[in-house]
Formats: sequence, structure tokens, C-alpha cells
Amino acid sequence: MSTGTTSAGTAGPRTRTRRARSPLARYLLRRAGTSVLLLIGVTIVTFTLTNLVPGDPVSAALGEGAAQNPETREAFIRSRGLDQPFVVQYFLYMGNLLRGDLGTSLVTGRAVTTDLATAVPATVEIAIAAIVVSLAVSIVLGTLAAYRRGLVADQVVRVVTLVGLSVPTFWLALVSFYLFFLQLRIAPGSGRISPSITPPPRVTGFYTIDYLLNGDGVGFLDAAAHLALPVLVLSLVTIGLLTRFIRTSVLEVLASDYVRAARAKGVSGARVVLDYVLRGASLPILTVVGVAFGALLSGTVLVESVFSWPGLGTYAYNSASNLDLPGIMGVGLVVGVIYLVINFIVDLLYGVLDPRVRLA
Amino acid sequence: MTGVLTIDELTVDIGRPLVKGVSLDLHPGRIHGLAGESGSGKTLTSLAVLGLLPRQATTGGSVRLGDTELLRMGRRELNRIRGRRIAMVFQDPSSALHPQLTVGHQLTDHVRTHLGLNRSDARDHAVEMLERVAVPNAADALGRYPHQFSGGQRQRICIAIALACDPDVLLADEPTTALDVTVQAGILQLLRDLATERELAVLLVTHDLGVMSAIADDVAVMRDGRIVEAADRATIFAAPQHDYTRGLLAALPGSRLETGTHLEEDGA
Repeated sequence: MSTGTTSAGTAGPRTRTRRARSPLARYLLRRAGTSVLLLIGVTIVTFTLTNLVPGDPVSAALGEGAAQNPETREAFIRSRGLDQPFVVQYFLYMGNLLRGDLGTSLVTGRAVTTDLATAVPATVEIAIAAIVVSLAVSIVLGTLAAYRRGLVADQVVRVVTLVGLSVPTFWLALVSFYLFFLQLRIAPGSGRISPSITPPPRVTGFYTIDYLLNGDGVGFLDAAAHLALPVLVLSLVTIGLLTRFIRTSVLEVLASDYVRAARAKGVSGARVVLDYVLRGASLPILTVVGVAFGALLSGTVLVESVFSWPGLGTYAYNSASNLDLPGIMGVGLVVGVIYLVINFIVDLLYGVLDPRVRLA
Repeated sequence: MTGVLTIDELTVDIGRPLVKGVSLDLHPGRIHGLAGESGSGKTLTSLAVLGLLPRQATTGGSVRLGDTELLRMGRRELNRIRGRRIAMVFQDPSSALHPQLTVGHQLTDHVRTHLGLNRSDARDHAVEMLERVAVPNAADALGRYPHQFSGGQRQRICIAIALACDPDVLLADEPTTALDVTVQAGILQLLRDLATERELAVLLVTHDLGVMSAIADDVAVMRDGRIVEAADRATIFAAPQHDYTRGLLAALPGSRLETGTHLEEDGA
């Protein structure tokens, strides 16, 4: 027996499943525990960095005029605890955070949590759509290139991915917006929906899904059409990245004994690809998809500003350019949380895809 | 007498000639040993039979299963032979089994294709096969993954997979090399028994003449892409004709053969 936890060569099926399930639970609990620690780390980093920013948050918050008045200034500083030591300020911040209070945005005048509640789903909707599109395209292209290694198809894929990786996202966003909206008029304009349409009642915050839940076909099509162009622009870079990686992983798996053994059994070519090759390549692909999702989030800042998409990127840009500290900290925190969630999901999927993680 | 599988003047060229005219006849119920050091072309010979050579390889000569020529066969036709009429067992069972697929999956997917069995019949068949190769708790084993088995058990599973569709020919490429010495004998005995009971023609590829002497009926010794000597086991081991064969035999630990010749320096 190669497993360390059990000598179950003779164990019946019942005992085995019960024993085998606990390692996965333990593995996930451990990951969740790490995530909580990391989350605390994220708050420390965002708080520290934001407070190191050169610039006068008091002037930014009150406006140049009011900040000239020493009494107003004094009152503001005391009310926000800005006269307290740094560590005390951090705990004040954490206390508010735990109550779900991220402060008030200086730009919008609304609670940061309220702003984020609409901005985050807008961005996550693009990001998820883009990662799904990129992954689907990349798996096909990468596998094709690996199977046709050195042949014409491989070269074509190589050029496509090179273009995807070299074209700057903001340039592509501008050009495609100009071409498909202003010239060809086949893409809808900027924003999440057309001005003539009312937003769906909020359930998930994803317009496409909320329209569907509401049974509003027209709204769904409009939201999907608005989503299409930014998603395609964002996907191109990710496709370049993923395709190259998938090609390499598939080549590695194709050279493996288990693929040769599957062929020797007379399993059909399609079954070999789906059951053996892609499953074998799934773990490295999963790892890089997690990384790609992060890269994709940073790409949304550029794409959102071109398409006037009211998401996290636009919000981050506005907060930063106005020295809106509560807004900036809110964005930092949310981005940190998104990364943690992605990592947790990736870890979870490792457990699902790899029995050695799940059962060992 | 012509065998079930006839390899005739087989050549394999991958950038340079690696197999230079190999002829072998495999007969039902007999184990045909193919010996030789690594790089002698013995593994390429077995891969060529199933069309598993790398894409850039070119082949010549002929490989016939009964009256059917295999070398120039299309992929689709070949897939009906692979696993069904000719099966293969590989050197390292820990890499020849897919780590993310259950034993049951790997033991039934080709059976369902080749024999047209439904899921539950294929499953019953798989249990029988595992019981035949002496994997404990066969029914339970189907739901488990390769890493949950020992090396010897994994190779037994590979043998069960290979023989599940009751093929005529088994190609075994160094089937015991990656295993502990203590379990090698069990695997060899299993192969010997299966060859006899299933009228299976076995091509046993190995560099290990000790393994060969244990179970092979006929032995061919390969060197540098050619067969330098072929005879039945008794003849080869009692009276090796070729210097190279004597050298290989002399290199066996505890060899009873005193040939006085040593393996000559290999310049190739």
C-alpha cells in the first residue's frame, strides 16, 4: 500500500469511503484557515499602504477651502481618530470593517460598501465571462497545436497567441470600440445596458443572470450584447497566455505512458483526448487559470474605462485620482478578497480533480 | 509453421535506422523473449507492431496478424486491433495508469468499445479479470485509484486491462523491470500461466536474461537493430552461438555458464 493513512488493502467499501472523505475535509479546512490569516494580512497591507500615500487626506476630504480653517480641520481629525497612533487607527479601521463599515466615499458621497456592491458584480461578470471564453478557446487551440506540433495549424496558433500577447489591451479596446460601434455599428455602445432599458431587480448583481431570473429576454440580450465586446477584448490576452501553456501541458501529457497505454488499448482518438489527455493536463491548467484570472482583473481597469463600464476598475481609478482613501482601501480589500476566493476555489478544484489530493 | 503474429524484415527509421530487418514468429501459448540491451531496438519493435511509434518514424517490412498486414493500416482500423487482438503491458505500471481515473474506468472503457458491453456487464467482466490476476477485493478495487495500490498490484491491474478483451497477442515491454525483486516472480508466473491457459502469444521484451530464462519458450537476442541469435530457450542458454549472447549470459549474476568471453566494447 502506498497510502500512508490507511492500510486498507483489505478494508471494505464502507470504511474506505468514510475514511477517505475526512482528508478532503481536513485539507479544505486547512486552506480556509490559511485564507482567514491571509485576509488579515491583506487588511494590514492595504491600511498601511494607504496611510503611507503622500498627500493630505484631510484637505482631500474637506476641500481646500474648509481645510484652511484650523477648527474644522481639528474637528475632522478628531472625529476620524486621525490623531491616534497608527496601531490604534488600524484597530479602529478593523472595528468598522467588522461592522461592515468601510467609510464614506469622497467621490460619490455614498457608503463605500454601497458603491462596491454594484461595482464588484459588474467587474466579476466581465471577468468570469472572459475566463470562460478564454478557457474554451485556449483548450481547443492549445490541444490542436500540440497534436499538430510543428505543422501548419501549430504555426497559425502560434501567430494568433503572439498577437494576443503583444497587442496592448487599451489599444485593442479603443480600436474595437471605434470599429464595431462607431463605424460598423454592430456593437452596442458603452455601459452595461442601453439607456432606454431599466436595470433588472438586483439578485446576483450580474445583469445577464438577473434579467434571466426576471424572465426578461430583451434585457438579457441587451446586457449580453454590451458584455460581448469588452469580454472579447479582455479574452484575447488571456487566450494568448493560456493557449501557450495548454499546448505545453498537452505535449507533456501526450508523451506520458498512460496516453500511450490508452492508445494501445484501442480507445478512440476523441476519448483519448477527453478522458486521458485533458484530464491529465487539467491540474497545471487549473493552476495557470487562477493566475490568469488575476491578470484579467487588472486588465479590466483599462477596458472598463474605454467602455465606461461601472465596475471595480472605474471605481478604483476615480478613487485614486481623487485621493479618496476610504474608496482606495475598499478597492484594495475587495481585490485581496477576490484573490483569496480564487485561490480557495483553485485549491478546492485540485481536490476535486486529483484523487491523490482528495484521498491521500 | 506460421505464427499468429509474424514480423518480417521489420525496419524502423527515426532520423536514422534503428531497427534493421527484424523477423519474429509468435505462436499461441508460447512466450517469445526478445532480449538485448537498451537502445538495441527491442522496444521499438514492439511499438511498431501496434503503430505506436512517434509520428516522424518510418517503417518497412511487414507485420502480419494472421493474414492482415498491420504496418500500413489506418488509425481507425488499427484501433479495432489494439487492445482487442493485440494488447500491451508497459514497463512502469505507476505511469501507465492514469492517476486521475479509477481502476474501473481504465479497465472497462476499451471493453465497452471492443466488446460492446453495457456498463454493468463491463463491470462484472472487470471484476472477473481482477480476480484472475489476483488483485484482492476486486469489486472494491474498481472504485479506487492507481495510487492506492502497490507496484505489483498495479502491474497486475495493467495485465488485467491488457487481457480484458481476450486478445491473441500480448506485447510485454519490460513488465517486471520497475518492480521490486520480491514481486517480479509473481508477475512472471502470472504471465506464464495466462499464456498457457488463454493460448496467448506473448512477446516478452526485456534486457534481463534472468527474467527470460525463467519463463520464455523461445529467445531472440537483439543488438544494434538486428537479431543476432534466435533459438529455443534450452539451446540459447546451453549453447549460445554468438559472442554477444555469451557476453550477456556471462553478465548474469550467479551465471552457471563459463564462456570466458566478455561483452565486447560497444562502439555503436
